[in-house]
Amino acid sequence: MKAGRLTTLSAALVMARRDFTAILLSRSFVFFLLAPFFPVVIFLIAGSIGQRTQAETARVELGVVMSAADARAMAAARDRLAAQIDPGVPAVSILRTPAPGENADILAELRRSSAAAIVSGSPAEPILTGPPDRIAQWRGPVALIAATALQKAPNRYPEVTTVPTGASNADNRQDRASTAQTAQTMLFLLTMILAGMVLSNLVEEKGNKIIEVLAAAIPMDAVFLGKLFAMLAVSFVAIAVWIAVGLLALAGGGGLPEVVPPAVGWPAFLILGAVYFATAYLLLGSVFLAIGSMAATVRDVQTLSFPVTMLQLIVFLFSTYAATQTGRPAALAAMVIPFTSPFAMLARGATDGALWPHLAAIAWQALWVAVCVRTGATLFRRRVMKSGGGGRPRRRGLLRRLLRNTRA
Amino acid sequence: MSVSLAIEAKGLVKRFDGFTAVDGVDLAVPEGAIYGVLGPNGAGKTTTLRMLLGIIDPDAGNRRVLGAERPHDMALQIGYLPEERGLYPTMKAFEAIAFLGALRGLPLAEGRRRARQLLEDNGLGYAADRQIRQLSKGMAQQVQLLGTLVHEPRLVVFDEPFSGLDALNQGRLERVIRGLAEQGTTVIFSTHVIAHAERLCDEVAIIAGGKVPFAGPVDVARDRIRPQVRLETRALDGQWRGALPPDAHREGAFWHFSLPQSGIEPLLRALIEGEAGILSLSIERAGLHDAFVAIAGEAAARALEEDPSEERGR
Repeated sequence: MKAGRLTTLSAALVMARRDFTAILLSRSFVFFLLAPFFPVVIFLIAGSIGQRTQAETARVELGVVMSAADARAMAAARDRLAAQIDPGVPAVSILRTPAPGENADILAELRRSSAAAIVSGSPAEPILTGPPDRIAQWRGPVALIAATALQKAPNRYPEVTTVPTGASNADNRQDRASTAQTAQTMLFLLTMILAGMVLSNLVEEKGNKIIEVLAAAIPMDAVFLGKLFAMLAVSFVAIAVWIAVGLLALAGGGGLPEVVPPAVGWPAFLILGAVYFATAYLLLGSVFLAIGSMAATVRDVQTLSFPVTMLQLIVFLFSTYAATQTGRPAALAAMVIPFTSPFAMLARGATDGALWPHLAAIAWQALWVAVCVRTGATLFRRRVMKSGGGGRPRRRGLLRRLLRNTRA
Repeated sequence: MSVSLAIEAKGLVKRFDGFTAVDGVDLAVPEGAIYGVLGPNGAGKTTTLRMLLGIIDPDAGNRRVLGAERPHDMALQIGYLPEERGLYPTMKAFEAIAFLGALRGLPLAEGRRRARQLLEDNGLGYAADRQIRQLSKGMAQQVQLLGTLVHEPRLVVFDEPFSGLDALNQGRLERVIRGLAEQGTTVIFSTHVIAHAERLCDEVAIIAGGKVPFAGPVDVARDRIRPQVRLETRALDGQWRGALPPDAHREGAFWHFSLPQSGIEPLLRALIEGEAGILSLSIERAGLHDAFVAIAGEAAARALEEDPSEERGR
C-alpha cells in the first residue's frame, strides 16, 4: 500500500476527470452548446451600444479632394441638403485642396484616410472613387451634392464619373468593428455561462455532502483547480463542436461569406480568442468558486453571484465602450484592468494589426490569473468546510457571516 | 510493552465563533483496535474526527495519524465515511466506488475492477451499472461504505456509521468492522449508541461538552463502577445485617449494594456465621451505560439517548 497523499496536480486531475465527464453527459452541456444563438438576443438588447460602437469606430464619410473653393461649395451643399434630407446624404470631409495644376493621388488618399470613398474633380465634373458598393450607394447623393454646389436649386445633375477600387479603410474598419463586437459578446456569454456552470457544480457538491469526503482525501486546492480546469476543458470541447458545425454549415452553404479579416488575421485572431477566453474564464471562474466556497446555502450563492454578475455586465459594457475610444484613457484602462483586459484586447485584435501588445497583455493577464486562482483556492480551502456544516447554526445575516468568514 | 498508536492526539481544541466545540481532547488509538468515540449529540465527536482527518485544523493541540503530523500526508492509507453520506447522483455505483478509490490513490482501472468485485461480494452486483440516484438509500450507503474501503486502508474512520441503517444493515456493518479489525485495520468510529460501542470496541473515548473525561479500554471504563451485588436471604434480620455495606438497600426480596472494597469473602463469612440463610447471591459487573453515567454524568447520559436527528454538522 502506498503511503502519503496524491499531489495537488494528481488530485486535481481526478477531480477534473470526474467533472469533465459529468458535465459532458449533462443536460446543461446541451444548453451550453446552444449558447452561440444567444448573441442575437444580446445584440438586440444592447443595440444602442452596438450602434454607437460602429458609428464611433467607423464613421462613414465621403472624402473631398477638390480645389479649396469647390471643396467648400461641396461641404456647404452637403450641409444644406443634410438639413433637409439627412440621413440621405453622406457626411463629407475635406481631405485635400490641391493647388491649381496639382495632381492629387486619389487612391493614396483613399488608403490613407478614413473616408469610405472620395469625390474629386469639380462639382461640374465630379469623379467618385471607392469600392463598388459605395459607388453604387453614393453615386446619386454625390450628383445631388454637386448639383446643389453648382446652383442653389438643382434642376440638372452633373454626370458622375466612377472609379471602382477595392475595399476602403472605412469599410474594413466597419467590418472589423463588427468582428470585435461579436467576439466580445461571444467571450462575455461564454465566460458567464461557464462561471455559472462551475458555481452550480460546486453548489451541487455541497448539497450532496461530497465535499467532506473530498476534503478528507485530497487538498482543497485540488478540488478548486480540478473544477476550474474541467470546465475550461468542457468549453474547448464545445468550441470544437461549434467550429465543426460551422464548417459543415459553410460546406453545405457554398463557402465562406466575404468577411473582412481581423487586423491580425484569422489564424492569430482565433488563437488570441482562445487565449483571452481562457484568461477571462479563469479570472471570473476563480471569483465565482471563491464565492461558492463562502456561501452556506444555494440562496447565499444566488444572492452573492447576482452583484458579481452585474459587475461582469459592467465589465462587458465598459469593454465595448472602450473599443470605441481608440487611443483614449478609457481604452487604455480597459486593456490594463485585469477583468476587462481580455475583452478589450480581443477587440483590439480585430481592429489593430500589432501583435506585441497582445504578448504583453497575455503576460499581464496570466499574472492576474495566477493571483486570482491562488487567492480563490486559498479562500476555498479555508472556507468551504466551514460554510457547510461546521460550527453551531446561528441566525445571522449573510453579510455578517461572510465578513466573519473572510476575516478568519 | 509499548503499543504502536494509529492515532495520538493531545490537547485538541476547536472553537467556532467563540463557542468551544472541542476543549483539550486527548486520544490514543492503538493500531489494529476498534475504537469508539462515544458521546451525546453536540458533544464534539464529529469535530474531533474532522481534526484527526485534517478536514479542519485544531486551534490548539497536535495530532499524529499513522505517524504523520499532518493527517493528509497519510491520506492514501485512510478511509473515511462521514455521517452525512454523499455521492454524485448521476454516477454509476461502480464508478462511484472507483472514484472514491481514485481520491485515495487507487488507479481508476484497478478501482473499477475492485468495485465490481466488491459489489458482487456484497450482493449488489446487479446494481453496479445503476446510477446512485436509482438506488435505495440503504444501497447508496453500502456503495459509499465500499468506496471507503476499496483502497484497503490501514485506518478507517466512521462518523456515526449506524445512523440511518436498519437492524439488518447495522448487523452487517458490525461484521464489516470486526472483519476489518481481524485484518489488522484500525477502526475508529463515533456513536451515540452505547450498545454498539460495548459490542464492538476494544477502547472508547467518552466525550461530553467537548471534553474527554475518559479514554481507554472498555473494561477499565466499566471498572470505574464497583460491581453490584444482589443478595436474597431467608432471614429478614439478624446480626449479619451489620456486615452489609452502608449503601445496601432493600428492594422487594433483594438487597442491593456495591461490592465492598474488601471483596465478597468477609461478607459471605458474616452471612453464614450470622445464619442469614443465603437464597441467592450475584455479582454483576457494571455495563458501559452505567460507566458512562458515572463518568460523564446523568445529563450527558440523557442527551445520549435523545433523537440523533437533532445533531447536525458536529
